[in-house]
This record gives sequence, C-alpha cells and structure tokens, in this order.
Amino acid sequence: MITFDDVVKVYPGGGTAVDHVSLELPTGKLTVLVGPSGCGKTTSLRMINRMISPTSGRVLIDGKDIAGQDEALLRRGIGYVIQNAGLFPHRTVLDNVATVPVLLGKTRREARTAALGLLERVGLSEEFAKRYPAQLSGGQQQRVGVARALAADPPVMLMDEPFSAVDPVVREQLHREFLRLQQDLGKTIAMVTHDIDEAIKLGDVVAIFRQGGVLAQVATPQELLVAPADDFVAEFVGRDRGIRSLSFDTAAELPVAALPDDLVLDEAGRPSGWRSGSQVLPTGGTFTSSDSLRLVTDLAITSPVGTAVRVNGDGKADGVVRHHDLADYLAARRAS
Amino acid sequence: MNLTYLFDPAHWDFSTGSIPQLIVSHLWYVLLALVLGTIIALPVGLFIGHTGRGSFIAINAGNAGRSLPTLGLLMLMVTLLGLGLLPVLIALTVLVIPPILTSAYAGLRTLDHSVVDAARGVGMRPMQVLFRVELPMALPVLMSGFRSAALQVVATATVAASVGLGGLGRLLIDGLAVNDYSRVLAGAIVVAVLAVLLDLILALAQRWIVSPGVRASK
Ligand SMILES: Nc1ncnc2c1ncn2[C@@H]1O[C@H](COP(=O)(O)OP(=O)(O)O)[C@@H](O)[C@H]1O
Ligand SMILES: [Mg+2]
Repeated sequence: MITFDDVVKVYPGGGTAVDHVSLELPTGKLTVLVGPSGCGKTTSLRMINRMISPTSGRVLIDGKDIAGQDEALLRRGIGYVIQNAGLFPHRTVLDNVATVPVLLGKTRREARTAALGLLERVGLSEEFAKRYPAQLSGGQQQRVGVARALAADPPVMLMDEPFSAVDPVVREQLHREFLRLQQDLGKTIAMVTHDIDEAIKLGDVVAIFRQGGVLAQVATPQELLVAPADDFVAEFVGRDRGIRSLSFDTAAELPVAALPDDLVLDEAGRPSGWRSGSQVLPTGGTFTSSDSLRLVTDLAITSPVGTAVRVNGDGKADGVVRHHDLADYLAARRAS
Repeated sequence: MNLTYLFDPAHWDFSTGSIPQLIVSHLWYVLLALVLGTIIALPVGLFIGHTGRGSFIAINAGNAGRSLPTLGLLMLMVTLLGLGLLPVLIALTVLVIPPILTSAYAGLRTLDHSVVDAARGVGMRPMQVLFRVELPMALPVLMSGFRSAALQVVATATVAASVGLGGLGRLLIDGLAVNDYSRVLAGAIVVAVLAVLLDLILALAQRWIVSPGVRASK
C-alpha cells in the first residue's frame, strides 16, 4: 500500500503543486491519478520514488516512510514508466530491459536471459532484442518501457502517461494487453493520465485532482460515474456518464419476457430476425446474462422493434427485454 | 613543386633528423598534449555538463582558447620556464583544452533530458547516470571535439622546433634558414598527411566506441 499523508509540494518560485493530499493506493490494485493538465499528478507520482521530495507531509510504502531510505535503492524497487518510454538510445532493447537487474548485481548474462522472457510477456518477439530504441515504433518503445519497469519484479509500479504518445488504435491494444498483464501480476500501480476515459477503463481506484493540486474525489470508476462528488467531477467525468455507468453492471438480474411471436428462430432455436409484414429485419445482436447493462441498452435502442434478445450459452433465445421495461428496471435500480 | 627532399631515400632512414624520426617526435608531442589536455578538460567539461554548474567557464574557455596565439604563449612560457619540453607541452595543452571542454559540456547539455530523468528514475546513482547514460549518449559530440583538438595540435606542434626541439617543425624552420624550399615543402606535406591519417584513425575509433543506437538517431 502506498500512503500519502497530508502531502504538500510547493515549488520554489512556483505555486502550490500538491495541496494537502491524503490518499491510499491499495496493494495489488491499479490506482489512476487523473485531472486536467498542471493539477499536480506528475508531482504526486514522483514523490513516491523520491524524484521529488514533499515540502511537508509523508509518503509511506507499506507503512514505511520513504524519506529515510536510500534514493537509488528505493527506485530500483519501484518500476518507473514514463511518456515516450525514456529508453536509453545507446543500449539495445534487451540491455534496456536488463538495466535494473544489472544495477541490483545480477550478471549481464542472467539479466539478459530474464529480459528475453519479459519481452515476450509484453508482446515483443525475440527479433526485437538486438534492435536499438530508434528502430522501434512508439508503441513498441512503450512496451519495452513497461518490460524495463517490470524487469526486477518490483511490487510497485509508477506510470506517468504511459499510453499518451501512441495513436488510439495502438493505445486500445496496449490497454488490453496491459490489463491482462496486471491481472497476472497484481502489482500495486500508480498511473497518471489526463484522459478520464482511460482512467475509468483501467483503474480499480480513480483519484481525481483539480487545479491547485487538490484531491476532488477518490472512488471506484463506477462510483465516479454514478455519484460524482461535485460539479467539477461531474463535468470532468463527462456528459454521458449515465450510460457509461451501465458498463459496470451485468444483465444477470434483469427480468426478461417470454419470446414474442414475431421473433424468428432457426431450427436450433437461435434468433435470426424480426418478422415485419413480409420482411425479416435483423436482430442487430444478442446478449447473455453476463453482458453489461450498457450493451443491453444499446441493443434495445438500435433494435428495429425496440427489443433486445437474450440468449443462453448455446446461443438459443431464452427471453427478450423491451426498452420501456429496461427503462423501468433502471429507474427502480436507481431508486434503491 | 620540388619534391626531391621528400623522396630522397637518405631522408627516410631512422637517423637523427630524418623524416621518420621527426614524425615520431612530432607524434610524441601530439600524444602528450592530447593526453594531458583530456585529463584536464574532460572531467571539468563532464562536471559542468552533468551538474549545469559553471557553464560560463565552458563557454568562455572555448572563446578564450581560440583567441590565444600558441606561438606567443610558447615564447612567454620559455621566458618563464626556460627551454625544454615543458613550455612546449603547456602551450599545446592549452590549445587542446577548449575544444574538448566545450564539446564535453555541449554533449551533455544537449541530451534528451527525459532519458537522463529515466536513468535516475530506475535507480542509477549520479556517477552511474554519468558513465552509463550521459557519456555514451554524448560520445558523438565529444569525439568531434577531440578530433578537432587532434587536428589543431598536429598542425601546431611544429612550434616545438622554434624553441630548439624536434618534430616536423624542424623541416620548416631549418629549410627556411637555408632557403631549402624543397625541405619546407616536405615538412608541410608530411604534416598534412599525418593530420589526415590521424583523423581517419580517430574516425574509425569513433565508429567502434559509439553505440549504433546513438549513431542511428543522429
Ligand atoms: N520543477 C518545477 N518548478 C516549478 N513549478 C513546477 C515544476 N514542475 C511542475 N511545476 C508546476 O507544478 C504544477 C503541477 O505540475 P505537474 O505535477 O507536472 O502537473 P500534471 O502532471 O498534473 O500536469 C504546475 O502548475 C507546474 O507548472
Ligand atoms: Mg504530468
């Protein structure tokens, strides 16, 4: 667990960058620090590995104040990923990844062998090992950056806008892979981003900062969407937070109606369309009880007859949800 | 052009005053000045570049060094210290210091700061940052400074002869004294060839010690 205990950072000649922040980043979880530019996210992050020291207050890792610890040793035990990767241009990809184990006293050979395995973990084949950073795309560099941070298997990782510099398609892919990796590894991660969608997508916990380095709200992504603490958070989270909050609930409890006569089924009982006069209109998709309410809502809205079709594990239709029933369900759910 | 002196086999044995012997003594002065100059200028330049403290020294050293006349300095040193190798060495070392100091400083100052930040962030200590990251990255700039220092000192080491020492300056000074222009020409040509060869060797050395990753991104 990483603890901010009433932390203040005032830059000499600048204003207050971080203003009395108290925050706990739970062990094994990904906590995202998010907020508009200049609100003290990077400053907060860099106080965890002592790249910046607080003006007052304490930062603790697993209950131990980091202020008394040897800076270099502390940092070797904390993975650090920055925007644009910050790879060493004069070292091969493999030697970049081997950096921290070598600093920790491993032989170069041991460190390289381990590094090779890590490259594979982040989705880079062996052929990249001998390349130099300048010979990689932005997305590939970022993967190497993540591998370098993971190399000494640190329990804690700090990531400052790790996915900001790559294009949206690559970013999506990196997000997916990163979430999978984190599921395996269960690191305690602090990640900075200015992108609220990224924060909601990746974070177990989201800490929203406002201008002046003040914490506006700390909550799970769902809580943020459902119950923003104030207008600033509501605005920052965005207008369509209602529909986005539905991503976090499954359709398991959603009551369904019996299959209506105008739903066309094939021999196996799978839905194939809606009868409308002499035509058959496409269903536009189906859901299972483990899908999100957001998907159900989307299906109900886009269905030609305003009805979403539920299927079981075999793909057989076993119920439908009409959009007005869905609306009633959501209203009742909100009231409770 | 009269090349008789240069191509006379009698001048190519290894006797005292022969061309090979003058080349050896010439290179000896060059080597001493480069080693001494590097020992003095490199740490200072690296310190200033790494810490950012005392930048004015690095900048002014470059300007002062270029405007100092080596021959004048040599005469001053001889007046103060008497004849011998020492005054020559001081004058040549003073010539070598500015390009090395300035390039070490500039090489470190112009690095991508985020890489240096990452080096600290992964847990390198200050000296590890300097020698494992900053220096290898700055090497192309540093080497160009060293090569320009080497070229200057090869040409200028001819002054040694003006205070009674050896080196290829002997061919120039003795040739002029007896109006033997063939000998003067031989001296000029050998100095020029030596400069080209030395630069070639340093260029090869540079290829060898500079990481392809840094070369590729230049
Ligand atoms: N080294 C510094 N010196 C002075 N002011 C700084 C320094 N670094 C950051 N700041 C200021 O502190 C505030 C917070 O910066 P930062 O933590 O980088 O914000 P963020 O990462 O949220 O964009 C900004 O107003 C910024 O201008
Ligand atoms: Mg930032």
